[in-house]
Formats: sequence, C-alpha cells, structure tokens
Amino acid sequence: MLADKDRIFQNLYGIHDWRLAGARARGIWDNTKAILDRGQDAIIDEMKKSGLRGRGGAGFPTGLKWSFMPKEVKDRPHYLVVNADESEPGTCKDRDILRHDPHTLIEGCLIASFAMRAHAAYIYVRGEFYNEAQHLKAAVQEAYEAGLIGKNACGSGWDFDLYVHRGAGAYICGEETALLESLEGKKGMPRLKPPFPAGAGLYGCPTTVNNVESIAVAPTILRRGASWFTSFGRPNNAGTKLFCISGHVNKPCNVEEAMSIPLRELIEKHAGGVRGGWDNLLAVIPGGASVPVLPKDICDTVLMDFDALREQKSGLGTAAVIVMDKSTDIVKAIARLSYFYKHESCGQCTPCREGTGWMWRVMERMVTGDARIEEIDALEDVTKQVEGHTICALGDAAAWPIQGLIRHFRPEMERRIRARTQKLAAE
Amino acid sequence: MPKMKIDGIEIEVPAGITVLQACELAGVEIPRFCYHERLSIAGNCRMCLVEQEKAPKPIASCAMPVAEGMVIKTDTPMVRKARNGVMEFLLINHPLDCPICDQGGECDLQDQAMAFGFDRSRYHENKRAVPDKELGPLVKTSMNRCIHCTRCIRFATEVAGVEELGATGRGESMEVTTYVQHTLTTELSGNIVDLCPVGALTSKPYAYEARSWELRKTESVDVLDALGSNIRVDTRGAVVMRVLPRLNDDVNEEWIGDKTRHAVDGLRYQRLDQPYVRKGGKLVPASWDEAFTTVVDKLKGVDGKKIAAIVGDLCDAESMVALKDLMAALGSPNIDCRQDGAKLEAGVRGGYIFNPGIRGIDQADAILLLGTNPRWESPVLNARLRKRYLTGRCAFASIGPSVDLTYPVERLGAGPATLRELADGKLGFFEKLKAAKNPMIIVGMGALTRDDGAAVLALARELAEKINAVREDWNGFAVLHTAAARVGGLDLGLVPGEGGRDVAGILTGAQNKEIDVVYLLGADEIDVQQLGKAFVIYQGHHGDRGAHRADVILPGAAYTEKPGTYVNMEGRVQLGLRATFPPGEAREDWAIIRALSERLGKTLPYDTLDQVRSRLVATNKVFAALDQQAPGAWGPFGQAGATNDAAFASPITNYYMTCPISRASRTMAECMASRQQLLAAE
Repeated sequence: MLADKDRIFQNLYGIHDWRLAGARARGIWDNTKAILDRGQDAIIDEMKKSGLRGRGGAGFPTGLKWSFMPKEVKDRPHYLVVNADESEPGTCKDRDILRHDPHTLIEGCLIASFAMRAHAAYIYVRGEFYNEAQHLKAAVQEAYEAGLIGKNACGSGWDFDLYVHRGAGAYICGEETALLESLEGKKGMPRLKPPFPAGAGLYGCPTTVNNVESIAVAPTILRRGASWFTSFGRPNNAGTKLFCISGHVNKPCNVEEAMSIPLRELIEKHAGGVRGGWDNLLAVIPGGASVPVLPKDICDTVLMDFDALREQKSGLGTAAVIVMDKSTDIVKAIARLSYFYKHESCGQCTPCREGTGWMWRVMERMVTGDARIEEIDALEDVTKQVEGHTICALGDAAAWPIQGLIRHFRPEMERRIRARTQKLAAE
Repeated sequence: MPKMKIDGIEIEVPAGITVLQACELAGVEIPRFCYHERLSIAGNCRMCLVEQEKAPKPIASCAMPVAEGMVIKTDTPMVRKARNGVMEFLLINHPLDCPICDQGGECDLQDQAMAFGFDRSRYHENKRAVPDKELGPLVKTSMNRCIHCTRCIRFATEVAGVEELGATGRGESMEVTTYVQHTLTTELSGNIVDLCPVGALTSKPYAYEARSWELRKTESVDVLDALGSNIRVDTRGAVVMRVLPRLNDDVNEEWIGDKTRHAVDGLRYQRLDQPYVRKGGKLVPASWDEAFTTVVDKLKGVDGKKIAAIVGDLCDAESMVALKDLMAALGSPNIDCRQDGAKLEAGVRGGYIFNPGIRGIDQADAILLLGTNPRWESPVLNARLRKRYLTGRCAFASIGPSVDLTYPVERLGAGPATLRELADGKLGFFEKLKAAKNPMIIVGMGALTRDDGAAVLALARELAEKINAVREDWNGFAVLHTAAARVGGLDLGLVPGEGGRDVAGILTGAQNKEIDVVYLLGADEIDVQQLGKAFVIYQGHHGDRGAHRADVILPGAAYTEKPGTYVNMEGRVQLGLRATFPPGEAREDWAIIRALSERLGKTLPYDTLDQVRSRLVATNKVFAALDQQAPGAWGPFGQAGATNDAAFASPITNYYMTCPISRASRTMAECMASRQQLLAAE
C-alpha cells in the first residue's frame, strides 16, 4: 500500500484547506522557480525518465508528448490546453483535483507551459463542474495575486497566463481535438489527424493537450525526481495513480495508489471489498465505461496497469473501476453504456453516427432476449465495423464494452434468447 | 516529389497532395462521398479508407497527406471490410426509395452500393425519420436520405459565402438545416443539388420530371450572363429538362448560377414559333414567305441611312456577322450591339474584354471593383473573387454600389469623383494597387452605361496605366460584361460605321422620322416606346418587349436550339451545340438573315454554317481559336472629359430576370418572390 508520504495529492478528500495557504503548507509552489531554472530540456528529460503515461485514458508517455512541441517559438505562439472535461462514466478523479487540490494543477500548468515554451494555457472544465470551476478560478486568482503566475511567474522571468474555460457538457469535447474546436467557439467535433495538435492545434498553433492528472503530478515528479516516481509500479507502468472505485463495493472512493496494484487488493483495501464478499463479484470494468468488462476469474489476479489490462484485452483507461456484483444485469448494464455512446456521438463520421444507434438498439433487444442467436455475431461484427474506422476514439469506446460483453458473457446472452424463445413457444 | 507505392504501382507524386489524389494519379479509384476537390476536407464519410503499411488502422485517404516511402494498399480484405462496413452503415438509415427518388440513376450511393453493398440488410430496427427542410423554390429536400457528408454545408460556407446551412443535433439526431428554414440567400444555391451525393437535395423545378437515362446530353455554353459558363443541356424529346455545369477550371470551375441553371423553363413559354405580321394594328400569324415579302416591300427604296439594326444580348456570333453583312449590303452604317448604351469601343480589344481572364483572379493581389455588383452580374465570377479573398492574399476595394458581396470590400466611394481622386493618388488604396504585383481593375457596366461612360472609361484606363496594371506579363484591366453577346459583337465590329448612329441615336432617329426601319436582332432591353413610328422587324425567340412592338416577327432559335459561337467577357471563343430544334416554324438565326438577304437581292456569300464561321474568322482572327484566352491589344480608348456626380449603379436590379428567357421563366418568378418575401421579413 502506498505510504502517505508518497501521495502526490495530499488533499484528495478535501479535509484540508484547498486555497493557496493550505496548498503551500502541503509543499505546492515550493520554490517552483528552481524547477523552472533547470531549463526546458531538463524538465522534459526528467518527465521522460519518469515514465509518466498520460492519465486521460490513452496512456501516451507525457514527456514524449511534450517533446513533440517545436523547440523554438516561430511565428505562432505555443499553447498548453488542460483537458478537465472529465465525463467518462465512472471517473471522478480530476474533479477532486479541481475542487480539493487546484494548486497542484496550476503549478503543473506553469511548469508544463514553460517546458513547452507556451505563455498561455487553457483549462477546459466540464460544463457540469460548476463548483469545481469556481474553486479553480479562485485558485487561479490567488496564484495571480501571489505572483506565482502572470508576468514574471514565480520570479522566473517567464510570463504565463492561465485561463479557465467551462464547456457546455458534451462528452465528445473530452476528445482533444473536439475540445480545441469547442475552445475556439465551434461545434465540438473531432478534427482529422494529421495534423496533430503539436503541429496545428488551438487556433492553428502548436498545442499540447494533457489530462488534469498528468499535469498535476508533474511538479511533484520534478521535485522528487524521476527515480522516485519509477519506484512505483512495473516497468513501463510507472508511478502512482488515482483510482476511482465505484459500484457494488462497500465504500466507493477515490484513492491514490501505486500502479500495478492487484485489482483485488485495490478493491479490498480501499473500497471495503465487494458487497457480499469477493465471491459475490460478477465483473469489473477496470478503466471507465469505454474499456471492456472483465469477469471475476480475471479480476482475481489482474494487476491494475496499462500492460496487464491490455493483455486481458481490456485497458486501464482512466482507472475508473466499476465493480458489479452478482445482482447485476450485466447485459442491461452494457446496454446502458451503449445508450450513452449513442447519445454522445457527435454525428460527424458515418460508422459512429450510424453504428452507435444500431448497437444500442440491438443491445436493448439483447437485454430481453428478443433476438436470434446469430444476431450476437452480427452485433460483434458491427462493433468491428465501427472500431478503428472513425475519426476519433469514441467509436472504439462504443464498440469495446460490447465486445467485452460478448467475449465473456455470451452464454448469458444466449440463455436469454433461448429463454424468451421457449417462453414464446410455450405460449 | 515524394515517391510512394500504391497497389504495387510505384509513383512519384507532387508533395502536399492527399493519398486519395495520389491514388487517382496512379489510376486507382477510391470511393468517396464527402470528399470534393473544390471544398475543404471533411473526412467524415469514411468511405475512402485505405490500408497504409505499418499503420494499425485503415486511414482516411482523403485527409492523409502523402509522405515519402508510403505504401498504400486499396484492395485488401481490411479495406474491403472497412468499405463494406461503411456502406452498410450508410444504408441502414437511408430509405431504399430509389424508385421514387430523383437522384436515381445518378446517385453516388446507388452506384457505390452496387460495388460495396450487401444484398440484404442485417438491420432490423426502425429507420431514422428526419423532417424535410424548406430551402426555397430551387432546392427540394428529402432529409431521410441525407448521409451527412456536409458537402452542402461546406459549399454554402466556403464557396457561396453564406453561412446559412449547418448541422444541428448530435449523433443520430444530426440534421442538416438552415435552422430558421428560409430560402438560401445565394445565387449559387443550385450547386448544392449537384454536390449532394444522394437524393437528399434535389432540384425542385425538375422534381419527378425525368430520369437521367432518358435524357440526351449536349455540351453547350450559357448565355444568361457574360461569363460563358460551360454547361450541359439535358433534353428529352424537344424539351430542355435541365441545365448542369460542365467542368472548366478557366471559366466556371464546376459551378453555375441559379439563373443559368433554372431559367430554362423559360424556353417553354412565350415562344415565337411562327412569323407574324402586323395587320391593322394587330400581329397576325403569317407564313415565312408573307413575312419576308412584307419586309422586302417595306425596305424597297428606303435609303440605307434610314435603316438601323440593334443587336441583343443573347445573340450568337454567326447571326451577328450575318446581320452586319446584311446591313452593309443595304448601305446602312446604323448598327449597334450595345443596347444598354455602354460606352465601349470596338477598336482596342484590351479596352473591352476581361483581360486578365477569370483565372487571372487567382493571381490578383489587389482588386478594385468599379461600378459593379459582381454578385448579381456574374455570381460564379463573384465566387471566384471570394475564393481569392479567402486566400488572404488580395485586397478588395470598390467604387460603386454598396452591396454584400460575401467578402469584405473597402468601399472608397460611390461615383466618378472618387475614381478621379484614386487616379490622382489621393486615396490610400492607390498605394495598395501600385504596390501590388498583379493589380486588377474590374469595370462594370454600371460605370460605362452612363452619359459620361466614355470619360469614366478613359479615367479607368488612366488609373490602370498609373498603377502599372498593364504590362508585358499582366493586364489587370478587366471589363465585367453583363451581355453574353457583347464581346463577340465588339469583336465583329457591330458598332456604328462612318456617320452611323448608336442605340441612342437610332432611338432618337426613329422618333424624328430620320430612321424608317429598325431591325431588332433579339434586342429587348431597350425602351421600345422610343421606336416611334419606325417599321420594326424583330427577330428573336421570345415574345418579349421587342416582339410586342414589332411590325414583322421572324422567329429565331434560342441558345439551346442552334449551334452557335459565343465570346465570353474574357474574350474566350466558345462553341455551343444544338440540344433541341427550334419550336414550330422558328429557324436558326443566321439562316433567317441569309434567306432574307436573298429575297432582298443582296444574297450573303455563305450557304452553310461552316461558311459563316469562315466569315467570322475572316472578320476577326480571334474566332479562329476556340477556348483560348489572352489579354487584348492595348491602346488608347475612352474619351477624357467631364464626369458627373451621379453614383455608379449596377445595371442589374433583379438578378433573376435579366433577359427574355429568364423573364418568361416561372421558376425565376418564384425565386424573385421568395427573395422579396425574405427581404420583407427583414
């Protein structure tokens, strides 16, 4: 279990003061100038060495991403955009950072922007996060007043402006290019890639979009060193991570833990165990709504990190662990997720626009068994037709839960179909 | 020049193009719905997915730029699966109503479904239903069929410059709409029908009229404005069913204006299909013989100086040269092709054509619009100007009417006084013009059809020379005509000869009884009341103003009914082919004049169309080469003099009705009514 001294987010539960004074007491903003004085390349090198992988779901190495930004500012300014449009069902980690520890994020913004030679950063906050945005705005104001950001931030000679922008509550705006579109005042629809944001992002300028957690952990990594960070977790899955445990557990919670912790240990130590005991477990969605579900036998042993879950054809995603016990109607649960993706599809590209609706409708019939056995195969085929053929990853996200369901719970789906057919025949 | 490999074919392609374009260069066809060469890339239909070696997922070829060493495969199981999948998705919510869909037979979705579709559906749910939208009298919608390719949205936003179309809703609920449901306020709205790859947007006037395979397709040239848009005339039997654009990057790219496209129903109404002779104050049907006899009797013994001819805006060059020769044979110097009274001269070609060419707009870096509203005078040309504006490399200013051209224009002033100041270098824009590499002055008819037109013309020339717009390698002096026949007429020298009268002179002469006979060749845009007691011969195809005043009507052929040569505003000679035959007794115009000349005992020396065309070439060498454009010879033109203070006004006050054909068109009347309604609502 992660020792308290190794926790990056010391006020995750909001029991201490979230304002600047409290943050300073926890070591945030402690001699930030010294970090900046190391210079851009040193910061990016250290981030690379730390092995931090993006905390927004895709797990792309953060240091590497930063290094994609042009080494010189030419005719176009650079931007950092922080993705605080946390909408993945089951995920609530960024929310707690925003409301309980906003200064970790603000300090991270300064350091990351400096490293990428950006004088301005935008934090795109999910529209529904009203109170969180208020805290964040207040914290930004404090930081400005204390001279931590703004002109000559922290006395480093680096000018830095930070803007908080609230979205309007569309899930798709969490996709980085849709977020940029939305930030520019357009309809939130993902852009075609290439060009990638590092080449042409916000207003066509070099831009890096990072998750809140990825940015918020950066100052601590730089203070304590990459080797400290890599001491947690398995190789290539370094560091600590916020896990959001929800569903049929005794004590749902957010918790910071070392990567590669066994799923069972995570649930039992921090969430009070599965309701009715571990044997009452039916399945777990280990990384937010968009990753495939894992049945109990895999959950028994699986480690919570990118590679281990990948091996099990699931993913770490945002590390939002959704626990379902045996009382769960698993087909209905996945059908509800399908409805979510159908509802949130932006409608831009064909496979997702048409496919999400199709999948949801078939899933609704699967719940009652109102289908034929072959339709399970057809459904799986449809998910394959959506997966990988869309502009952004929402298509994949809509397809994976259903694929996971069919992979692990096909007998249950077939049972329902047979039961209904028999019932109809009996009538 | 990156080298790449497409389906095993090694090919070197220009840098910066997309994989889809590279595939086309390699001769590999890629199916697509949303991609269109002249619109921005949307990449949303996903039909063009191809496999790139080492890429984990198929890539959208329309959006992926080429790179050195790329290996593309377009015919692998992965690609086929992807395309079949996309096709299936497009079809699940697309109504299979092809038998009653106007797009049937020329539908991209239909065609590609043949290649990539399944023979049965796996979709057992209900199809989506979308309310139809109201887009005015030209565009019919059937939104259930929409596949959300957004071509129409991109066209309206980018090319037409009206941000009136968009998508509301998200996911399945996405709908293409104007939101407030009104007629599109663009003169180019018909093009979205061509762009729509399915039957969601179809032509309203053409709804349920014909099937594409029933139509005979004839390549021709438009005459309803002076751009000379390349068109395809689709006919069934003797009826012109519709007009579509043809591709010509030098002229109209692939757009045409709404008038060009939709005024053709005017060809069915108000037609002159037999000769008429006025008897007892009333026009009565007559035979050709009777009509000719009447003319011959009238002309007998009339002094050539008392005969005059006015040539209209839609005439082909063949009929104009024949009329010119006839008038010469009759000894009349009174002939004029400038029925609007434009003070253009026939001598110096550089003084009356659009010298830089339409394509020249793409190189211009400072443009002055002088007394013109290109949006109404030539909407496709205006779209070209907008395209140039969008590059951000061209400054625009205008002296003349204050109008919304769909791009911002710095308005310097309204009349000749401002032009004088500009020519004297007193306005800031003068420096911009002077500093520009390729400055351009577009002179509209609004500046030239005035009493002081010749002085304005001279002033414009002075300005052009001062800003160095006329050089070896560039001539930026551009006259924007409104009449399709005008440049041809000037090329053929249809202007008053020695001691001859121009249009105004002819009209006063007719009132003063100095002119006894007036020959109107399709001339309807003059004030016919002013023809006084003169004997009027009207040769044309519509019972419009000229015919109402006529004493003898000789029924001619409209532009779709005769092979004709036309010279567009940039001096490009183009051929129109005959799509149908003229109605009833009506005949080709040059042949009528030729026949009349024989009856008059002044037989013109040509019996066939080829001979007339040889005559054209003999008259002016420009007719020898088709589809060529070059700046005209430069020299003195215009007449320096005093100008008055009146503001320049565009000669076109109603885009939809500018000629006998469009005035007879019911569709154009509807367009006008709908536009007026919209204005009233504002």
